[in-house]
Amino acid sequence: MISNSQLVNKYFRHSKKFPHIWCPGCGIGTILGNMLRAIDDLAIDKNDIAFVSGIGCTGRAPVYVDFNTLHTTHGRALPFATGLKLARPELKVLVATGDGDATAIGGNHLIHACRRNIDITTIIVNNYIYGMTGGQYSPTTPHGDKAYTCKLGNIERPFNISALVEAAGATFVGRTTSYHVLQLQNIIKKAILHKGFSVVEVITHCPTTYGRINHKGSAVEMLKWQKEVAVDKSRADKMSPKELEGRIVTGVLIEKDLPEFCEQYDTIIEQAQNQAKGKPE
Amino acid sequence: MSKKTSYQLMQGNEAVAEGALAAGVSFFAGYPITPSTEIAEILSDRLPETGGKFIQMEDEIGSIAAIIGASIGGRKTLTATSGPGFSLMQENLGFACLTEIPLVIVNVMRVGPSTGLPTSPSQGDVMQARWGTHGDHPIIVLTPSSVEEAFHYTIKAVNFSEKYRNPVIVLMDEVIGHMRARVNLPPRSMVERVNRVQPNMPPEWYLPYERSATGVAPMASFGDGYRYHITGLVHDAKGFPTTNPSEARDNIRGLFSKIERGFREICLVDYELMEDAEHAIIAYGCMVLSARSALEQLRKSGIKVGLIKLGTLWPFPRFAIEHYLPQLKTILVPELNMGQIYREVLRVNAGKAVIEKLNRVNGTIIAPDEIVKTVKGMVR
Repeated sequence: MISNSQLVNKYFRHSKKFPHIWCPGCGIGTILGNMLRAIDDLAIDKNDIAFVSGIGCTGRAPVYVDFNTLHTTHGRALPFATGLKLARPELKVLVATGDGDATAIGGNHLIHACRRNIDITTIIVNNYIYGMTGGQYSPTTPHGDKAYTCKLGNIERPFNISALVEAAGATFVGRTTSYHVLQLQNIIKKAILHKGFSVVEVITHCPTTYGRINHKGSAVEMLKWQKEVAVDKSRADKMSPKELEGRIVTGVLIEKDLPEFCEQYDTIIEQAQNQAKGKPE
Repeated sequence: MSKKTSYQLMQGNEAVAEGALAAGVSFFAGYPITPSTEIAEILSDRLPETGGKFIQMEDEIGSIAAIIGASIGGRKTLTATSGPGFSLMQENLGFACLTEIPLVIVNVMRVGPSTGLPTSPSQGDVMQARWGTHGDHPIIVLTPSSVEEAFHYTIKAVNFSEKYRNPVIVLMDEVIGHMRARVNLPPRSMVERVNRVQPNMPPEWYLPYERSATGVAPMASFGDGYRYHITGLVHDAKGFPTTNPSEARDNIRGLFSKIERGFREICLVDYELMEDAEHAIIAYGCMVLSARSALEQLRKSGIKVGLIKLGTLWPFPRFAIEHYLPQLKTILVPELNMGQIYREVLRVNAGKAVIEKLNRVNGTIIAPDEIVKTVKGMVR
């Protein structure tokens, strides 16, 4: 596997002034690092990768890395990525998005991208909160937990992102945490190789906002929590619903082979061109 | 499409679709909305025939996002919508202005605000086209006043967007969009196509937002080996976010300066019977049709009146009015809104001539007789 210094040298933008904007203890760096390791393992040319994001802490990931990078508007990374992928189907298009970006303001785009089955890999960083704006509740903040816009506890029920994208038709769904870095790399690799719309949900921690207001302890303690609650799908399949309460099932949850959008569109072009040949000028 | 010039019966929206194809548009993303839907329907058929692509998105926010993405991939792109959809596009229109992505939005206007009077004509989106997205930004807005112009202006819109790396809006009213007329379109080989300037330096020397002598930076497509960053944050010449005041100034002011340089070329204005005119009608879109008819009647009555036809609304072609102000006593601005261009005319006039407005916001057009009556009243 590539060493950390090689990784930094090969993939980071040296002309961009570091340090990055993320807080000490943030999980996003771990996720970005393992995305890069996955890409390196797959030996994909940097010129062939487009890395697209929306707004929020996760939205800042593309600027640091040496790909074709596109930092778009809040919630809209997927439709930008859809247009780009259709224009340049040869590109590997990766999207990084947070829980608020992907499932609140971008929720409509997310479900329709799943339904279309366009060959894009979406990494959803789920830290249960809007971090960049200072800790407001998001669509994944657990019921009863606190945020700076629900100090007495959240009365809304959270989305289960993996279940949501599965229901919407994603043909690959994987879930893991920022503690399980080898599984994270492995699932991202599988997601990139999958032909169709793939989602990788990564449970992570925001020690600065969600962790602080909910007394979850330090980043290390929050990582330990991820280790404790995670249960691999192979084990979870043998567990009762009661045993699974409060646990997070990880691993590749869905993997289906269904027609991909760009490939189907190519057949539309072929048919349309054949029909046009028969037409008088 | 016939290879030689020939007459055809065509609808305004159809002419837009033909213009888009003639200009080299190869990607369309849109969402159904009356009275613009014909453009999407036609291009969904015609684009794949030419190897182009069409996608129907989940909403207009996604539609403009998808054409920005495709434009970054190197395609010439266009979307079509009407008022409510145009409102939804404002967010990403601002993104395209700041990141300097070529694209065309066709807005076939209907009466607003809100759902308004669907399918009834209006010119109520003139100011929204100028200032609808937040923040200071330049914009190019063209407005055809005939079916044939819908074809030519769509081509010009694509060409301007490529040349200036800026979104261009084609504002049509429902009358022009749905009107059928005899048109005489040039063969494809005669249509001028402008392509964005691409970088020719090695990738390691490429600065994606460093303006060349023309004021516009060369634009690399994603996947062409020039790995760079595009962001809706204010950015430096490398494309990276910055909060440095001088870099922020260069970024925003640079957007304006490239359009200012092209001002004369971008401003499309026609003059009819203006040589000896003492009175003028300033009109655009379907109001040109009423104004022309009124002009004929007024000239027959011996009133020296001419027409200034605005093909470009933004940047506002102030010189077109300034040039004739010394000879003009009165100017009438008939519009299907509460007076959006009237205010611009007032601003340029600076108290020299008598300016009056004639407005309608009920879903019907202003008839020639009403213009005749108003001009006669002003002359008296």
